[in-house]
Amino acid sequence: MVLNAETGGAVDLGEELTMVGALNRALARAMQDDDTVVLLGEDIGVNGGVFRVTDGLLNEFGDRRVIDTPLAEITIAGAAVGMAVEGLKSVVEIQFSGFMYSVIDHIVNHAARLRNRTRGEKTCPMVLRMPVGGGIHAPEHHSESVETYFAHTPGLRVVIPSSPRKAYGLLLAAIQDPDPVVFLEPTRLYRLGREKVEDDGVALPLDVAFVLREGSDITLVSWGASLVETLQAAEELAKDGVSAEVIDVATLKYMDEKTILESVKKTGRVVVVHEASYTGGFGGEIIKRVAKHCLLALLAPPDCVAGYDTVMPLSQLEKQYIPSVERIVAAARDALKYS
Amino acid sequence: MKREIAKFSIQKVEYLDPSGNLAEDAPAVYGAVEGHAQLVEWYKMMVLGRVFDAKASNLQKTGQIGTYPSMEGQEAVGTGVASAMEDDDVLLTTYREHDARIRRDEEQEEAMTNILLCWGGDERGHKRAGRNRKDFPLCITIATHCGHAVGVAMAMKIRKENRVAVCMLGDGATSKGDVHEAMNWASVWRLPLVFVIVNNQYAISQPRKLQSGAETLAQLGVGAGVQFCKQVDGNDVIAMYEVTVEALERARSGQGPTVIEALTYRLGSHTTADDASRYRSAEEVEEARKNEPLIRLRLFLERVGVWNETNEVALQAECKERVEGAVKAYRNIIENHPQTVDDMFVHMHAKLPATLKEQLEIARAFSLDTTKEEYHGS
Repeated sequence: MVLNAETGGAVDLGEELTMVGALNRALARAMQDDDTVVLLGEDIGVNGGVFRVTDGLLNEFGDRRVIDTPLAEITIAGAAVGMAVEGLKSVVEIQFSGFMYSVIDHIVNHAARLRNRTRGEKTCPMVLRMPVGGGIHAPEHHSESVETYFAHTPGLRVVIPSSPRKAYGLLLAAIQDPDPVVFLEPTRLYRLGREKVEDDGVALPLDVAFVLREGSDITLVSWGASLVETLQAAEELAKDGVSAEVIDVATLKYMDEKTILESVKKTGRVVVVHEASYTGGFGGEIIKRVAKHCLLALLAPPDCVAGYDTVMPLSQLEKQYIPSVERIVAAARDALKYS
Repeated sequence: MKREIAKFSIQKVEYLDPSGNLAEDAPAVYGAVEGHAQLVEWYKMMVLGRVFDAKASNLQKTGQIGTYPSMEGQEAVGTGVASAMEDDDVLLTTYREHDARIRRDEEQEEAMTNILLCWGGDERGHKRAGRNRKDFPLCITIATHCGHAVGVAMAMKIRKENRVAVCMLGDGATSKGDVHEAMNWASVWRLPLVFVIVNNQYAISQPRKLQSGAETLAQLGVGAGVQFCKQVDGNDVIAMYEVTVEALERARSGQGPTVIEALTYRLGSHTTADDASRYRSAEEVEEARKNEPLIRLRLFLERVGVWNETNEVALQAECKERVEGAVKAYRNIIENHPQTVDDMFVHMHAKLPATLKEQLEIARAFSLDTTKEEYHGS
């Protein structure tokens, strides 16, 4: 399980939940606290969602708030925009990230622009949830990492949780945000482990990166499921006496640049790790800012361990694609050769 | 065994023909004084739209606004639809429904000013004037607002309100999956949603026959399960109004969505950047002009004795003055109260994120003088 620095492992409140359970509790809490919150998506009602994130919510809140839509992704997104403008807080589930290319028209052309194009008169407070990433032996079109498509679009926030507690707190924050938020849920973490989550209705801050592990020799930056391997890599490096700091970016847009840059200035070395493909990946964005602000502090060239510029392979090869502990450790060791 | 399990027919509604004759089955009110007064009001509205439209096209020619889409010939559609709606209903339109937008606002000069701001390149034009703040800003990307209309109608249904969403789309839009999805969804949920397909015969250069193999566009609703699908003479404001009223009543009484195909003709080019003579003949346009909505209504009003040349001259002068007022207000805004670089940033989010704050500082430092002539040159 991904470690959670801010809990320190010492919190003894709450229930042991998987990420799926934590997301479910966050949705229920948001719906209890705010009766304008409405969920819509495919199979989210009776079926409780294909990953069971919305399990039980239909019974709790009824079919006017937990809406099984027609199988029409374009209009799921379009309707979410229309509902949001009309004063509801629409929380959309897109079943798999491969189906999101149909919704991107509404997210980019409308959700992201409405506040701006109406000079603040109309807003679009919606959340677009979807599972992302590989590692669960899913069929084709079910395993892609799509964060960069959204992060590039002005007007959107992009959030990726890395643990049940983060999932709970960040989803509440996303729902409370007055503007559109794309909330990407790493499928690999859905049931990877459990963590104590206090269902207290307290949101975590957006636009804040979390230091999961403090260190002084190198900074490892990642988000979502890749933090599993990144933290394991830090553990491996520790065996060699290397002290790696691990940062969970959590909100890619708008990224907490300060936390990352301060860490890199301290360590002088940085490796960004992400599952999305290399070229144009968000690692480039982080390294761009490191290059601008940390040049004189750098002891080694920044590096990025990412998915390859290949099509996301089917399940037989997906482990070859997803950045491994070994690749991360190798990149870190390369950086450590400079001194 | 083979047996028929479903069949459909599409009714066409037309009450006022191109020669200004009222059909025998037209609602009786239009043969009476109060109906005539109503028609005079609509006529005035449509003339205002025509005068505004001509002025806006001229403003583009003289470089005072950017590309502008003319609605000439389609005035009866927007006037009929908007007149049938209640204030708290929600109108969602393409970029060409100026008439409906002007009609929906009690501050009509402000509505016209806003339209000029939109096409003059100033986002403030997307704000809604007056009472109809729930209406959506115009939608450029074809058919996407049909999805928004579904969402609006869903919100109305969920909250059990007595309101209706009205979505005006073009004939070209009907080729998109968005429209099918929206009609289908509206049908499944029996949404209070009225689709008005403004069939002006052209999607830029492509004629109606390239968009659909169906005999009517109204029948697209049938496959989606929409119970009330009508074709209407869109150049007949009476038919447009009456069918829209019926559709709205059905929506309010829980009978679900409607698809109205309004048959009209885009007399102008797609926009000021388009040249329609590349793809259609002058003869065709000349023929279509005989059917346009203002001529027939004026003929009728003159025949029943509630309109004459003196009224016409006075109306034209009044409309010109009102349009000039809107133009003056538009010029005052862009010349004396121009937007600044700050306006690019401050409405991106409820609260300006740190990255955008930094970029705003750069934009301020490199801000250009928008009052200078060369800023506006190409």
